[in-house]
Amino acid sequence: MALREDNPGRWLRYGAPVLIAALFLALWQGAVVFWEVPPWLVPSPLLVLETLVIDRELLFRSLGVTLGIALAALAIATVLGVLAALLFVQSRWIEMSLFPYAVLLQVTPIVAIAPLIIIWVRDVQVALVVCAVVVAIFPIISNTTLGLRSVDPGLLALFRLCRANRWQELTRLRIPSALPFFFGGLRIASGLALIGAVVAEFVAGTGGASAGLAYQILLAGFQLNIPRLFAALVLIAGAGVGLFATTIWASGRALARWHAPDSPVRG
Amino acid sequence: MDRAPVLSLEAVAKTYASGTHALAPNDLTLHSGEFLTLLGPSGCGKSTLLHIVAGLAPASSGEVRWWGGDFGATGSDGRRIGYVFQSPTLMPWARVEENVRLPLDLAGVAKPEAKRSVGEALELVGLSEFARHYPRELSGGMQMRVSIARALVTQPDLLLMDEPFGALDDFTRQRLDSELLSLWSARRFSVVFVTHNIYEAVFLSTRVAVMAARPGRILADIAIEEPHPRGEAFRVSTAFAGYCQRLTGLVAAAGARELR
Repeated sequence: MALREDNPGRWLRYGAPVLIAALFLALWQGAVVFWEVPPWLVPSPLLVLETLVIDRELLFRSLGVTLGIALAALAIATVLGVLAALLFVQSRWIEMSLFPYAVLLQVTPIVAIAPLIIIWVRDVQVALVVCAVVVAIFPIISNTTLGLRSVDPGLLALFRLCRANRWQELTRLRIPSALPFFFGGLRIASGLALIGAVVAEFVAGTGGASAGLAYQILLAGFQLNIPRLFAALVLIAGAGVGLFATTIWASGRALARWHAPDSPVRG
Repeated sequence: MDRAPVLSLEAVAKTYASGTHALAPNDLTLHSGEFLTLLGPSGCGKSTLLHIVAGLAPASSGEVRWWGGDFGATGSDGRRIGYVFQSPTLMPWARVEENVRLPLDLAGVAKPEAKRSVGEALELVGLSEFARHYPRELSGGMQMRVSIARALVTQPDLLLMDEPFGALDDFTRQRLDSELLSLWSARRFSVVFVTHNIYEAVFLSTRVAVMAARPGRILADIAIEEPHPRGEAFRVSTAFAGYCQRLTGLVAAAGARELR
């Protein structure tokens, strides 16, 4: 079987973006040095790197806090989202009655409900996780539901002919069919969990030992410590990319067995 | 042919909720060991008829009766039917052997016994060495053979085939027709085969039911009295040409009647 995708090669895939980044950073560095831009306005990339090294203890501890919240939220959103999807496909009736509320969860801006959640949930860390779950859960619910319904009608007819019961139909047909859709949802949810965690931290404004990256950004902004603000931003972006890459890797591992290499959901 | 009747349709009709008459009331009896082909243009209700026989769709009126012999003994719920779809309809995430084993797994057949049956079924279609492959690694013709192995793995009394080779190229189709025929000669299960290909119908069948559309009905029921096994020589014989000519005439007449 031939690979249908025409492969532009590793170089273009990894080399080209890296080249763009190098070019951009060099221009940035050059511009800051040439026009003598003050660091409290735009710090140079080298200064940001230096800050990252000097403040590493503070920043990486905060990164750990934020990542911990995002990962916990992603895990909880995955479990609850899949359970909700399994519930939805039991009957159209259940889906029709409950799906609008899942949409409501999705369309309500998290900044608007985060204060409420933080008031209601006594433990701030738990409140932050709850906020991130609210943001991350929708793509998992909707994608998994879609996947559980997107079953080859021929295979469904075959299962009916063989008098498969509902459990066999679910475990042997619907769940395997839904896996690519689920991983598509997980990929979106991984980014959203991080965004949810950061936004909730902004609202909560928790300092001290449990301060996340959002708090460091907030604080650095107040103190006009712009290099540190940039360094924290770099870490958040890096964490997002890392999470995204991990889910792509996981879905590749899980789906490579049975999906053609050019399958759109494999990434 | 004095074989026992297996299945008989009595005034079976199908009208969809939209009011479309897919099938006019039809009578049809299938005898044990027969290879019956439903031949007709697209939209003549031949697939619908097959769905009704398989129990995949209910008839709007009329009755499907299962008769005597092995069928009576097992009762209508225990009758063993193999079904082959228009496309291979394989699970892309499962290996060939797992796909073939599916009907046995769903029926709760014990592992060692199932493994043996799968081995035999794959041997029958000549795919033993591909047991560990995934469907996407096989050609369209090989995937269809997997589908046939899956239908045969339960040793069905009745094999229902819905234009199984329609999507394949002519060479592959002819080869699979021959393979199917030798399987049938060896096992003598009953077959209801759906096609719109006159040559395929004549080559395979002991009986051809010619159907016409709007509403779907059986126009003629013609025995193909050529002894089995049939070799490639049959395809170029005068008898073959004679049957094809006769069926072509019937199908054309059906089409002309429809135009009026």
